[in-house]
Amino acid sequence: MNNDKKINKRVLGNMRNPFGMDRRDFMKRIGTGLVVAFSVGNTPLKAGMLAQDDTPGVNAFLRIGEDGRVKVYVGKIEMGQGPITSLPMEVADELDVRLEDVDMIMADTDLCPWNEGTYGSLSTRVFGEVLRGAAAKARAILVKMAAEELSLGVTELETRDGIVRSKKDSSKKITYAQLTKGKEILETSVGDVALKKTSEFRIMGTSKLRVDSREKVTGEALYAGDIQIPNMLCARILRPPSLGSKLLNVDTTQAELMEGVEVVRDGDLVAVLHPSQHIAGKAIAKVTAEWEEEKVDINQDTLFDHILEVATESRTLASEGKLEQGKEAAVKNINSTFLDPYIAHSPIETHTATAMMEDGRMKVWASCQTPYPTRDGIAEELGMDQKDVQLLPIFVGGGFGGKIYNPQAIEVARLVKLTSKPIQLVYTREEEFIYDRLRPAAVVKIDAGLDEAGKISYWDFAVHQGGGREAVHFYDIPNSRTRTLSAPRGAMGHPFYTGAWRAPSVNTNTFARESQMDILAAAAGVDPVEFRLRHLEHDPRMANVVKTGAERFGWTPAKGPSGRGHGFAVGIDVGTYVVVFVEVEVDKNTGYVQVKRAVCCQDMGMVVNPQGAILQMEGCILMGLGYALREEIQFESRKMLSTNFDSYAITQFNMAPEIDVFIVDSKDEVPYGGGEPPIVVMGGAVANAVFDATGARVFRQPLTPERVKEAMG
Amino acid sequence: MKTVQFELNGKSVSVSANEDEPMLWVIRQQLGLTGTKFGCGSGFCGSCTVIMNGEAVRSCTLPAIEAAGTKVLTIEGLSSNGELHPLQEEFVKSDALQCGFCTPGMIMNAYGLLLKNPEPTNEEVVIAMDENLCRCGAHGRIIQAIQNAGKQMKKSVAP
Ligand code: FES
Ligand code: FES
Repeated sequence: MNNDKKINKRVLGNMRNPFGMDRRDFMKRIGTGLVVAFSVGNTPLKAGMLAQDDTPGVNAFLRIGEDGRVKVYVGKIEMGQGPITSLPMEVADELDVRLEDVDMIMADTDLCPWNEGTYGSLSTRVFGEVLRGAAAKARAILVKMAAEELSLGVTELETRDGIVRSKKDSSKKITYAQLTKGKEILETSVGDVALKKTSEFRIMGTSKLRVDSREKVTGEALYAGDIQIPNMLCARILRPPSLGSKLLNVDTTQAELMEGVEVVRDGDLVAVLHPSQHIAGKAIAKVTAEWEEEKVDINQDTLFDHILEVATESRTLASEGKLEQGKEAAVKNINSTFLDPYIAHSPIETHTATAMMEDGRMKVWASCQTPYPTRDGIAEELGMDQKDVQLLPIFVGGGFGGKIYNPQAIEVARLVKLTSKPIQLVYTREEEFIYDRLRPAAVVKIDAGLDEAGKISYWDFAVHQGGGREAVHFYDIPNSRTRTLSAPRGAMGHPFYTGAWRAPSVNTNTFARESQMDILAAAAGVDPVEFRLRHLEHDPRMANVVKTGAERFGWTPAKGPSGRGHGFAVGIDVGTYVVVFVEVEVDKNTGYVQVKRAVCCQDMGMVVNPQGAILQMEGCILMGLGYALREEIQFESRKMLSTNFDSYAITQFNMAPEIDVFIVDSKDEVPYGGGEPPIVVMGGAVANAVFDATGARVFRQPLTPERVKEAMG
Repeated sequence: MKTVQFELNGKSVSVSANEDEPMLWVIRQQLGLTGTKFGCGSGFCGSCTVIMNGEAVRSCTLPAIEAAGTKVLTIEGLSSNGELHPLQEEFVKSDALQCGFCTPGMIMNAYGLLLKNPEPTNEEVVIAMDENLCRCGAHGRIIQAIQNAGKQMKKSVAP
């Protein structure tokens, strides 16, 4: 099962009984009108992915109220990727209401149905269809109701802007609001209405500006730390000097002497509380503790030897033909090793949570991508009933996969439970680094060969301690094998927590694959675009993306290194095909790389909000320059030496290239992922352009000036 | 504890602050204006930027007592009577944000720039904004929005 399927299965498979309440309770909570509840398994496009179930779980629902407004309840959060703008577009279009008449209620765990979380570009790809199906069904019901009211046949009616009217006589009409007034209708069987075809879209496919901008530019938008509760205390927690440390003893007397400071101790949790964030910070500094640190002999430079040593368990993801045969046919062999460091998510908002008890229930505002699993985690930790824990809707200040995990929410809930007071916990930037689930460092080895005709005869790819997502190549290669090698259970594979960093594993695998393709092209003496196309004969969709990108960039064929500093990489992320071409300038004295221009083309299938997709594409290019050029966690043993933005640099304004992004017209009616594709190719594109500029190949990311200089010799 | 008086968004306020208490927490906690964000606490990210006496400053490293007698402007004070400031307007029009967490700091820092240089070149914007961090990658649009706002502001004060 590939990773994409696994994600889908996880999402779809977990949605059995998200509400756990009966029909009447449900309607009472939601209010009257027409309510259409929907589960992912019922969408026409996803039909058959779930086994039939008598009690279909609800994943989303919408309600058309007496005021004609459409309220959409989803478990998704808004952290920048724009579902708050794109999901209503889907509803409004299928339902034929005005976009302004759709309200989103996002991730209030009391009101919205269970949801796995917001990541993996799932919002539009899987979830959008859920909503569209619900809206289409609602529209069908309304038309049927109108037919009765107006004594007309269903086929004689049309809908527009929340009104059903006769096609022939537009004076015969009735509004959705009139139709639903005083009614209480709950519809849950919804797989039977066809979705609109792309050609019928009125709102989808048009560009819309973000709907959340106004609150964000005025400072009104609320994030987890902006919740202010009377008598709220700020918490700071005692942290170990390095991961895995054991607390031997702790002395809190100095902190306790401070006026207004409360010290809480519960097993390993040592916290200080004070109404002022500033004083809480001073108090925690007064707590002294003795730790037994776990020492491992490893840092950011020796890391890769460690990885190769520990990653012994091999799993073959794909194999084709016979490697031996391919090796025999090869006239040139190229064996490369690519190195990727740990990198951090570093959202500008650190992990934050605010919580309080109210009427015996725990209310939590947390900066998290996974409100429901977080709610469940809190309930479990505190031994509370799930329905007594509520996560409330809140904007999230960037996630990128890092806010799938929310230790801060559990910690704050524990403190609230212990003290019965409202508490806020804002991770310091240092805490954000230590407890981040980093992108795993990895080593990728690729052994490949060219035959006499300049085609790849074999390809043996092995990623060590990274993940397998998009490790399997998509080129025409007769003999190939793809493997992941991982540390056996119980061995310390990584000295830090690792997790999903925007398009997990794909960045690592794509950097290695596309660098190696470039190396092979140069070895074959062939223009790298031409070389890719030679190996893409079976895949016209990808070939089209490459050609379109090349044209848009103004690529002229030349074998590398041409001295121009032009390079590119192609990749796939959640079904979307993407290419980025870049032009770089390399300072020959310092090795400093400046990316002057980036052109991105992607084929992402159906696009709901092209403007939103473009924002994501640009964002990915800029964020991707960070990991390509400068991001690298510094550490010694299990101690993090990258603690703030002075010791961990991310993209800055002076690195921003001129950007041109372009969405290829797709023949597909289904949407693929749009949250992250271009980020996966940034590392490869930059490395290849640096080679083209200088003839120097850098095998280790990021391409710091020192590394580029060293490679130039 | 010292009593500190200053003008905040046009109104005189008085707070009591510790010797080394950063302006950021005074603004957010004592004065309840949460548009000014905490991002790093050490002056590296700019999400806490406010304007003090016409200069963009980082409120996380500015002791509140140094604000005594000054005029401070935060993101909440930028729009008047529900009408957006041209900078805010242009950020909206250019979609110059994603998660929006860096946005108040970006806008305030840009405001400080435009006070001094109403029509900055691309390069001048980059230099002025370089140490305001945006993880979502809205940089290009932010530059555009700032330049457009400069032009709008000039138009509106022109005779
Ligand atoms: S919070 Fe002040 S500069 Fe980062
Ligand atoms: S918009 Fe998210 S950090 Fe700038």
